[in-house]
Amino acid sequence: MNELIRLLAYMLCIAAFLGLNLAYLGWVERKGAGHFQRRTGPKEVGPYGLLQPLADGLKLMSKQLVVPANADKLIYMAAPVLIMVPSVTLFVAIPFGENLVPREFNFGLIMMFAFASVAGLSILIGGWGSGNKYSLIAGTRAVSQNIAYEIPMLLTAINIVMISGSLDLNEIIRQQGSYIWNWNVFRLDKSILMPVSFLVFFICSVAETNRTPFDMGECEGELVAGYHTEYGGMGFGLYMMAEYANLVIGASLITILFLGGWQSPIGILPGPHWFLLKMYFLIWVFVWIRWTFPRTTFWGLLNLSWKYLIPFAMVNLLLTALFIKVI
Amino acid sequence: MSSLAQSQLRETFELNIGPQHPATHGVLRIKVVMDGEYIDRAEPILGYIHRMHEKMGENRTWNQFWPNMGRLDYLSAIAYNHCYAGLMERALGIVVPERAEYIRVITAELNRIQSHLLGFGAYIMDLGGFTPLMYAMDEREQILDLLESVTGSRLTYCYFRFGGVYNDIDDDFITGTRAFLKRFRPQIDLYHKLVTGNVILMDRLIGIGPLSPEICRKYGATGPVLRGSGINFDIRKNEPYSVYPELDFDIPVYHECDSMARYMVRMDEMGQSCRIIEQALNKLPEGPVMAEKVPKALKPPKGDYYYAVEAARGMFSMRTVSDGTNNSYRMRLRSPTYSNVSLFEEASRGMLLSDALAFLGSLDPVIPEMDR
Repeated sequence: MNELIRLLAYMLCIAAFLGLNLAYLGWVERKGAGHFQRRTGPKEVGPYGLLQPLADGLKLMSKQLVVPANADKLIYMAAPVLIMVPSVTLFVAIPFGENLVPREFNFGLIMMFAFASVAGLSILIGGWGSGNKYSLIAGTRAVSQNIAYEIPMLLTAINIVMISGSLDLNEIIRQQGSYIWNWNVFRLDKSILMPVSFLVFFICSVAETNRTPFDMGECEGELVAGYHTEYGGMGFGLYMMAEYANLVIGASLITILFLGGWQSPIGILPGPHWFLLKMYFLIWVFVWIRWTFPRTTFWGLLNLSWKYLIPFAMVNLLLTALFIKVI
Repeated sequence: MSSLAQSQLRETFELNIGPQHPATHGVLRIKVVMDGEYIDRAEPILGYIHRMHEKMGENRTWNQFWPNMGRLDYLSAIAYNHCYAGLMERALGIVVPERAEYIRVITAELNRIQSHLLGFGAYIMDLGGFTPLMYAMDEREQILDLLESVTGSRLTYCYFRFGGVYNDIDDDFITGTRAFLKRFRPQIDLYHKLVTGNVILMDRLIGIGPLSPEICRKYGATGPVLRGSGINFDIRKNEPYSVYPELDFDIPVYHECDSMARYMVRMDEMGQSCRIIEQALNKLPEGPVMAEKVPKALKPPKGDYYYAVEAARGMFSMRTVSDGTNNSYRMRLRSPTYSNVSLFEEASRGMLLSDALAFLGSLDPVIPEMDR
């Protein structure tokens, strides 16, 4: 009974946390973009435009759902839900604090990757079901991109698993000590290429979350709006929210694997606040990148992955294995 | 690097880019036959915003045709004003006061900078970078304010008259322009630092959309497109008009023939326009801004007249046949983007879709001017 209440409470908390994040990360992005671009961003609705997300949500929800004539109705309606579900589910496994984790899975890392790859599928069926050529091109692009970037991401994550000897996310954090040099990103005693692994993982995360400069699924200059061209109202809203949910998950995963999760960088007061601080900092970097760089080509994107990141990740894996064996 | 030849399976599909599409900057429609991500054939289809400007030139009096000049290329309308003014002054034999010619050059060059700024911003936005557009808009706004103070409008200028300009510039305009130039020069370097040096941008532009000088000649491309292909042709130097011969400026020419070359030509032209404006402001003579004896009812003598100017996108020229009455017997407008875009079909064969749209952006099309 206690366990049930605990889980219910966590579910409520996750829903609240997620709702807040999905709404306000959009605001952060727009405000950030505004300041990068010598303008103010949203400012009319509420102080500093803080009520803008609510206004947006109301507007999206009050819109009629139009199913295009060419669309496959079932797939078209299911895709936005399907992209949201795995993203929300993943929050079950994220350890925000040492004891602040809904469920400790001893295979948490695998679960993260498994559910994250469902997002690629839902983008594809969203693009397919829309019955629009732009959406279809975008969907296929997004899938080949997700496949290309999941490989180096996984290979890099295996480094961490080998160092920590565990797939449990909380255990991975515990293994990293409570000072900044004990974080995986700086653990040069385990593998001298650790900072570079971090970089590879970071680039892959940007690609996995489908954000500029790797937003091949959206590509508004070429493919109008990519896989969600035909979506309006809440269908579009769900895609938007899923993007931010994936952003939170991507940033959390980097925080857990490389930046010591809830561990404190200065050795005092470990706890969820450090986790959130690191996570939001990473999200801010994502926003920063998005409004600074132009988009790569699809070609260049796959080249980067298959010609540079994957070979590097493999060599890196071998080196780490060698390091662990010898030392 | 086309794999078109290599692909075994030739299953093509049609994709309509436009008339409503973010990459076409207006109502241009490109009918593309795609082979996977590669373009098999791309055919630009024009006519969605055709307004019969040439016919309007024939059934309106000479003066009534003025407003049309602001509505062809809405981004560099002053150059078009200049062309019409020059054409009719040549036909009627009007001598324009020197001050008016200097004012014409100053405003036309400001307009050119403004046009290139928007072209730069919109081009980077095509490539997915949204931020430079806002930077460019900031500077563009200052130019629009300056031009508004003297011409009265911000976009579709109708500022020139036969024999001069409508309004003399005042000291506020002169000091404002000088201040703008001082602010703007470092901004060009800032753009280069922020945008041109970016690895992703270089990857997207260098070597993309090669245009040989031959293909440019074949389709009659002009302006930055031609100068990016290594041909030094600029009406301001080759068929000098107005007071350009008295001013010292260079024509930027790049020999790389790719999108980057065309982009760099535009960036360098902004710097050169600054030089022109500065010299023109220094040399600005005193005097009237309208010729004295301009008849109310214009009846140019019978004949065939031609005038060409360098607009922001290339050579704009007008040819009119007058039969001695108060409207034209035949009016013909030659607009630069029409020729520049017509080479798209041949040049885009076998390109990747994303490269082709980057290439289209580097041609910097303005659709109303294409359709006339």
